[in-house]
Amino acid sequence: MTEPVSSPRVALLVTCLVDLFRPTVGFATVKLLEDAGCTVEVPLQSCCGQPAYNSGERDHAMAIARTMLDAFEGYDHVVAPSGSCAGMVIRHYPELFAGTEDEARAADLAGRTWELTRYLVEVAGMTTVDARCDATVTIHDSCSCLRETGTREQPRALLASVEGLTLAEATDRDICCGFGGTFAAKYPDISAAMARDKADRLEETGADLALAADLGCLLNIVGTLKRRGSRVEVRHIAEVLAGDLETPAIAEPGR
Amino acid sequence: MTLHQLTSSRFKQQAAKALEDEVLQDNLVKLKGNFLQRRANARESLPEFDDLRDIAVGIKTHTLEHLDLYLEAFENAVEASGGHVHWARDDAEARNLVLAICRAENAKTVTKGKTMVGEEIGLNAYLEANGITPVETDLGEYIIQLAGEPPSHIIAPAIHKNRQQVAELFNDHHPDLADRGPDDVDGLLADARAVLRQRFLKADVGITGANFLIAETGQTVIVTNEGNGDLTQLLPRVHLVVAGIEKVVPSLEDATSIMRILARSGTGQEMSSYTSFSAGTRRPGDIDGPEAFHVVLVDNGRSALLGSPTEEILRCIRCGCCLNACPVYGKVGGHAYGSTYSGPVGAVLTPALAGLAETNHLPNASSLCGRCEAVCPMRIPIPKMLRHLREEEARSGRAPAAARNGLSLWAAFAKRPGLYRWATNLAMCVLAGRAGKRGRFASLPGAGAWTRDRDLAAPQGTSFQTRWKKGERPGTWA
Ligand code: SF4
Repeated sequence: MTEPVSSPRVALLVTCLVDLFRPTVGFATVKLLEDAGCTVEVPLQSCCGQPAYNSGERDHAMAIARTMLDAFEGYDHVVAPSGSCAGMVIRHYPELFAGTEDEARAADLAGRTWELTRYLVEVAGMTTVDARCDATVTIHDSCSCLRETGTREQPRALLASVEGLTLAEATDRDICCGFGGTFAAKYPDISAAMARDKADRLEETGADLALAADLGCLLNIVGTLKRRGSRVEVRHIAEVLAGDLETPAIAEPGR
Repeated sequence: MTLHQLTSSRFKQQAAKALEDEVLQDNLVKLKGNFLQRRANARESLPEFDDLRDIAVGIKTHTLEHLDLYLEAFENAVEASGGHVHWARDDAEARNLVLAICRAENAKTVTKGKTMVGEEIGLNAYLEANGITPVETDLGEYIIQLAGEPPSHIIAPAIHKNRQQVAELFNDHHPDLADRGPDDVDGLLADARAVLRQRFLKADVGITGANFLIAETGQTVIVTNEGNGDLTQLLPRVHLVVAGIEKVVPSLEDATSIMRILARSGTGQEMSSYTSFSAGTRRPGDIDGPEAFHVVLVDNGRSALLGSPTEEILRCIRCGCCLNACPVYGKVGGHAYGSTYSGPVGAVLTPALAGLAETNHLPNASSLCGRCEAVCPMRIPIPKMLRHLREEEARSGRAPAAARNGLSLWAAFAKRPGLYRWATNLAMCVLAGRAGKRGRFASLPGAGAWTRDRDLAAPQGTSFQTRWKKGERPGTWA
């Protein structure tokens, strides 16, 4: 006997980089969530506060994070196409608000927040996607996906169901690409050197397309690949899973 | 308290130099491959590895909570076995205590096993200035001593040098020994051994560090891979241990529990080749051992960390694993950090001990990727502490004004989501307009640091939130 399952009300945490740089990742995410049976809403939001938090600006970070506590009140789940922003909410909001009147709200939101691919596989029970991508792809595992949100196998499980897709794993795929938010701005030389290593490892796989689940890493990686004239294209994993190969890949000329 | 030879304020210049140093870059690639892979294997073959980590963390946490008690117990046990314990509040006191002991023994030459605290307090330079010749006996330490450089890794101090450079150093400093090519590793080793053997025999005092101080027994423990620790502490008349106060553990069993993860984490060995326990002076009937045994316990800022947000760094067992895992260390090497302690552990420990005034680069020069914490056998939350130090810097008003102002401006918008949506949408539309159909910028005013090495992807235009509000839904790309 199966209980009738009412569709969960899911809020999209769109992330500021997706919101600003690549809205189509937001739409791909909504499509995936709807395909998984969710009712998706997009409450008015700004940023998770991570740049301020990682810069030691605790007061700013709290003020920004409080707008998120308000925005996402009452939803069954909150899903972000980013390990970094999801990780901020899941791992760092409880610490940020510890001992304040918002402690319980922060813990509650942390418990309802998910990185996209992990949510699709573990919560929504999605096992396959309806998409085709005739290409060899490789994945960069973002630090935050790996170490803050427990995401490694889930994106691979979903990619396995994409028709025509071959996965070529890169060495050092779990090593930071050198983005690190303000780190890339404060120490551009070191960041660029790390990004070059990452680009080398991705190119070595012979893949046509490199994917990651965090737009920060993707912008860093694509900027490095394109500077050296690499033929490797770069996309957010949600685009491939949602079947959006129409939108030009990141940093590719528009049509 | 001061840390010797602190040049952390020149982190950026030192890092730039490191990025151009081809030998260093080659060696760092090898280091990354070697130690970390071996650690992974060692971990794999010990199913209870993570349980041991928890046990180790428990031991250290407990000890730090009762540090005064265990230090006192250690002191009593050392005295009972015929040794002496000396307390040094800071680096100057520590140096003077060591010098006084050496002078009382009329020492001309001292051999030294590896001691990081010795580096921290600038012991070699001080002894030399006072007419005593210190000789490093760890091969890596010996190499950098010849080169006049500080260590560049906690457990592999000369990791930045290649064979060619070592051969040249030896040729310069051992003129009486045969010239050999840089590929003659055995020759190089034999060379060092021959020179060091003479020094061992000549030494009046042997100085070592300690990986552990055992409160129950008064023993000090050092682990090495060359056996030089044994020789340093056994051959000379006097054995002198210099160690940080945080090295104490309650019992022998505690020490051995932690040892099971120490070498596995650092070099990926099951055990270090040599583990030497020293307990007091030679007793009647002993065939060897020192006639006098001294322990100099160094605080130098450590006790001030107790109860502070960086207290947990005192759990560190100096395995070096976080250095091997750190992608920033992997690009700039240890000298860039400008401190005895480099890499992730140094980025916390150095500012924690020496203050942020000259060290503020260190907690900032991290992408907070979390790999250090993931591998640390003592589960030290390094990223959390780096954030804490950044907070302290922000509070002190010492953070660069440009960055602070930029963040404040961003925060002003981010705190008002409605205004944020409007303003950011406008900005993105302008930026996308400038990019036209090119898809990216090769340079962009205001993004100079980014676009020197990277293209900047152009935004698509209207922001997601604005498009969503207008009623756009998935499928619009089709
Ligand atoms: S911080 Fe952890 S990983 Fe780094 S040296 Fe210390 S114990 Fe080892």
